[in-house]
Amino acid sequence: MALLRITSPHTQRAGRRTSWVMQMVILATVPGIVVQTWLFGWGTLINLMIASITALLSEAAILAIRRRAVGFFLKDYSALLTAVLLGVALPPVVPWWVTVTAVAFAIIFAKQLYGGLGNNPFNPAMVGYAIVLVSFPVPMSQWLGVQSMIPAGETLSFMQSLQAIFHQLPVIDSYTMATPLDGFKHKDLLDSQAAFSSIAALQGPSLNSWLWVNAAYLVGGLGLIWLRIITWHTPAATLGALLVMAGVFHLFDPSNTATPFFHLTTGAAMFGAFFIATDPVSSCTSNRGKLIYGAGIGILIYIIRSWGGYPDGVAFGVLLMNFAAPLIDYYTQPRTYGHKKAKTGLKIGEDN
Amino acid sequence: MRTEKPQTAKVFSFHGGIHPPENKAQSLQLPLGKPSLPSELILPLGQHIGQSSRPLVKVGDKVLKGETIAINNGFLSSFLHAPTSGTITAIEERLIAHPSGLSDLCIVLTPDGNETWTDLEPLNNWQDISKTDVLAYLSEMGIVGMGGAGFPTQVKLQGAHKNPLTHFIINAAECEPYITADDMLIREKTLELVAGIEILQHLVEAENVIIGIEDNKPTAIAALKTVLTQRNSDIQLAVVPTKYPSGGEKQLIQLLTGKEVPSGQYPADIGVLCQNVGTCVAIHDAITQGKPLISRFTTLTGDALKSPQNVEVLFGTPVAHLLEYADYESKKLSRLIMGGPMMGYTLDSAAVPIVKTSNCILAASKKELPAPAPEQACIRCGMCEQACPASLLPQQLLWFSKSQEFEKAEHHNLFDCIECGACSYVCPSSIPLVQYYRHSKSSIREAREANVKADLAKQRFEARKARQDAEAAEKEAKRLARQKATTNKATDAKKAAPAKATPTAAAAPATNDESKKLKVDIAIGKSKLKKLQKQLLEAQENEHVEEISNLQLQVTDQEKAIAALEEQLAKTPSAAPAAPAANTEKATPAPVSDELKKAKVDVALIGVKLKKLQKQLVETPDDQELKDKIAAFEADLKAAQDIVSKLSSNAQSSTNATAAEPKAVMSDELKKLKIDAAIAKAAVKKVEKALKKAEEIKAPEADAIRQQLKEAQQRADELEKALANPETAAPKAAPEKAAPTAENTDAEAAKKRKIDLAIAKAGIKKAEKNIQLLKDQGKEESEIEASEWPKKLIEAQQKLAALEAEEGAPAPVEKTAEPVANSEAKAEPEMDLATQIKKEKVAVALAKAQINKLNKRLESTPEEAESIKQEIAATEQRLQSAEALLEKLIHSQTNMQENR
Ligand code: SF4
Ligand code: SF4
Repeated sequence: MALLRITSPHTQRAGRRTSWVMQMVILATVPGIVVQTWLFGWGTLINLMIASITALLSEAAILAIRRRAVGFFLKDYSALLTAVLLGVALPPVVPWWVTVTAVAFAIIFAKQLYGGLGNNPFNPAMVGYAIVLVSFPVPMSQWLGVQSMIPAGETLSFMQSLQAIFHQLPVIDSYTMATPLDGFKHKDLLDSQAAFSSIAALQGPSLNSWLWVNAAYLVGGLGLIWLRIITWHTPAATLGALLVMAGVFHLFDPSNTATPFFHLTTGAAMFGAFFIATDPVSSCTSNRGKLIYGAGIGILIYIIRSWGGYPDGVAFGVLLMNFAAPLIDYYTQPRTYGHKKAKTGLKIGEDN
Repeated sequence: MRTEKPQTAKVFSFHGGIHPPENKAQSLQLPLGKPSLPSELILPLGQHIGQSSRPLVKVGDKVLKGETIAINNGFLSSFLHAPTSGTITAIEERLIAHPSGLSDLCIVLTPDGNETWTDLEPLNNWQDISKTDVLAYLSEMGIVGMGGAGFPTQVKLQGAHKNPLTHFIINAAECEPYITADDMLIREKTLELVAGIEILQHLVEAENVIIGIEDNKPTAIAALKTVLTQRNSDIQLAVVPTKYPSGGEKQLIQLLTGKEVPSGQYPADIGVLCQNVGTCVAIHDAITQGKPLISRFTTLTGDALKSPQNVEVLFGTPVAHLLEYADYESKKLSRLIMGGPMMGYTLDSAAVPIVKTSNCILAASKKELPAPAPEQACIRCGMCEQACPASLLPQQLLWFSKSQEFEKAEHHNLFDCIECGACSYVCPSSIPLVQYYRHSKSSIREAREANVKADLAKQRFEARKARQDAEAAEKEAKRLARQKATTNKATDAKKAAPAKATPTAAAAPATNDESKKLKVDIAIGKSKLKKLQKQLLEAQENEHVEEISNLQLQVTDQEKAIAALEEQLAKTPSAAPAAPAANTEKATPAPVSDELKKAKVDVALIGVKLKKLQKQLVETPDDQELKDKIAAFEADLKAAQDIVSKLSSNAQSSTNATAAEPKAVMSDELKKLKIDAAIAKAAVKKVEKALKKAEEIKAPEADAIRQQLKEAQQRADELEKALANPETAAPKAAPEKAAPTAENTDAEAAKKRKIDLAIAKAGIKKAEKNIQLLKDQGKEESEIEASEWPKKLIEAQQKLAALEAEEGAPAPVEKTAEPVANSEAKAEPEMDLATQIKKEKVAVALAKAQINKLNKRLESTPEEAESIKQEIAATEQRLQSAEALLEKLIHSQTNMQENR
């Protein structure tokens, strides 16, 4: 008998490996992708393809350079997940090189240079997003409009999308439109009411399209919670903080601010709360920590949306809170069994 | 409150937990099996936590079933009985079931197949006799906890009386997958179980008695309900939801009481006692039938067995025998686990025996328990955290373990991890988290042990260094003496004789010194041993399981060291005889000193007895008889002491007579003086303690004791004075001593001072360390104050200061005297002066540094201000004297230079 010598435990939950976790998260984005494609045309899918290929290639290249088992690590689906998250976050008709830059940067610099999966302090997808947002602001602000609102009167066909992404589409201007957040950001001196009645991006169909997108990500996110892949803490805290911030400021200054509902249903609110903020590697680990972390993101989203230079604040909010995550972790240890209170901070040698 | 139905208790919940596949059905399909007798039974002597039992039998002995074959060895130990009748064929090292595949001493029994029982003596009157007797009986029956670690039951039950017991919990949860031994036991022996619980309840008298059982055992629950209803019992039944690890002691306590066992404490500290069902049945069998613990229920399961089942198996049965019995397929077997899949450990070999704690043998196929998947990176998904029943952050602990940041890991409560494996089970990255934790824990433990050992080594090293320094000084002195002797010889023929005598005289004391040193070493070693033994006992009493083995190790080490030293000592005198042979007169003082020794032993004995009596007296202050006895003893003691003093003066005079060897005599006398002084001091301390106690209870003897104290102190003072001025004694002893010997004496004195210094320093260090230790243990300041260490520290420091002053003082005198004597050699004293000055400067600097340090400490710990201030004062004094000395030295140096 050649007997195995292994220490306990000798068994493991079947089937739930890291790759499964990543696959599930990717699957959970499907409702959102479907709605986006339906509303904005094939651009999102083409982006996803470009992003996935870029991600797998750059991951494989770096793994080869680092002399790691390429196949083993590629199969964990983490690179693919980053690609998917970036692919859906970028505007549907963004030129291909923007996507490639974003994904390659995310995989190579934000993830692999820190030591690969599990060691990256920042959310790779958001690092990539922030890089291209800062570097190429013009293509990054070109969102498509819903068909009933744009001069062209229809969504881009598959060929047109391809053309827009890989070459150039002269008629692209007749398809694009500002997002509601963009529109509201540039309302300038108009008060809210006037803005909502006059600015095109703030009209019903435009708002509704974003409502649909957000609802789809909400469904996907709830699925993840149901599968216990994420806990409710981070998304609830993020959305809750956003809601409270928007509510409070709207109460005090209804003429210059948008309603909480507007904030929760436009932009990347749901996507950010369920898919970006919950990235386990770069977020907090304890439940209390997740609450603080999520709330921080929610507050930052509102602050950047209202007073920052960009229409949406998910990327920067998440990145800023990534900085704080280790610190928050130290101060939010759970109370261990048999201890009167939780230990905090890094003070060493205290007894309790 | 008696009700018709068994009461059900409220069930709370605990954080985390997992639901692994139960796999319990397999082993419950067949009824309870009874394997045949194996060809030999292997009975490890350590089947329980604590020290191994001591065998009572020899190879070749015939034993009957149930006969005691090993008895307990200390407080935390247990008895062992022959599981069947037969012959002892060996007592040797055999492989045992242990996580690290160790061997241990085992009694090997070859059964004769008759199963002849020894006479069984049930304890039928258990309700009438004292509970202590029942506990003692349980210990003799070899009852230990059969659920986990094998904790001797009587010790656990004793511990349960620390606090009023609110809950007595019977652990029938059996949450590990695969295992059904307890389930089967409850089904088969329901009545015995309940009766056993009732006996235990009689012993511990808890407010609530609750059986905690998981809801996946409906048959057992039904059986229990029936019996409880029939007996109209007070015992409550708490059915807890199936969730691993609800059967963990801490988790079950939380489930049933809602309370948590504080970290680092025991269930008894919150008034809870847990017992395993197997233990309860064993207690029942022992008390009502007189059967010692010789068998248990064990689950044989796993895909590699064709007929998995539960068996009642005799201890010592090799696992291989059981596998055979359950038709195992050797092709399929890939992993053999003792225990369950979550917390069990793999076995290397099937030759290991079943012991009191073996609840399951899992013979798994490869498909059933595949080799672990390759470890991936932690993605911090937090699933482990959600599963951890101890509410730890396993992913953080992993991080710290991997990066060896053990302090942080400890800060994140690594030691509260119960190693349940829930985190590893759920980890999607297949990280063997528990393995990392085990490694970190053992690293931390090792580091702690190494620290202790390093401290010991340091102490030893310092003592040795001091000794070596002293030796070097002595050699140097001798060299000088010889030099002088030769010069003297040239000038004065008269002094040739003593000069010749010097080498032999020097040889004798050398061996003498060596044996003295050895003796001192032995004495130190013995006192250490005693301390260790005491600690061991304490640890046993306080059930600090972890410390025990460690301490045991140290004790053995110490014992070995002493043995080695004693051997060495035995050798030394045999080397010495040449020296005494040269001097026959030395034989005369021997009998005196023998007698003296005897007398001293008497004194010590009487003192001990006296102390015992005094202690008793403290407990029963108005026992006239005791007082009388004490008075008698005191008289005895005085008489004995008189004898001692007489004898020692005798010895002194007799040694005075042997003036031919003044030096050896001197050292002898000094030694005696020192011993006397030590005894006197010890006496002072003892009396002081007694006084304190007496004052505490306001005993009328306080005055008498105070008187005693004064006397003792006087004596100690006198002795010390005598000790301090050996020079004054020396000329008396040897008035016509030649110059070289005088020099030697000085050197001797210097050496002694140095040794004293070293000892004093070691004392200070020890005191400081102990204070630190107390602080580390989080003792209150007041407690530290109360323990005598700070006092000791100050005492020691004062002594050190005094000694240092002494050392500093005579030196310059000598040095200044020397130039007069050696007027030609001017360069040498100057150099000496220079080194002297250097030394003093260093001393000054040191003192200053210490003052600084103390001041700093004063700032950081204002609570200790009092003692620190005292220290500062002492150091300042030292500093001043050193500075004064330094000034003097520099002055004389300049003078000297000017003179030239
Ligand atoms: S379950 Fe495994 S991968 Fe997830 S956080 Fe814990 S250790 Fe990391
Ligand atoms: S093994 Fe330790 S860290 Fe892991 S779940 Fe159990 S108690 Fe928690």
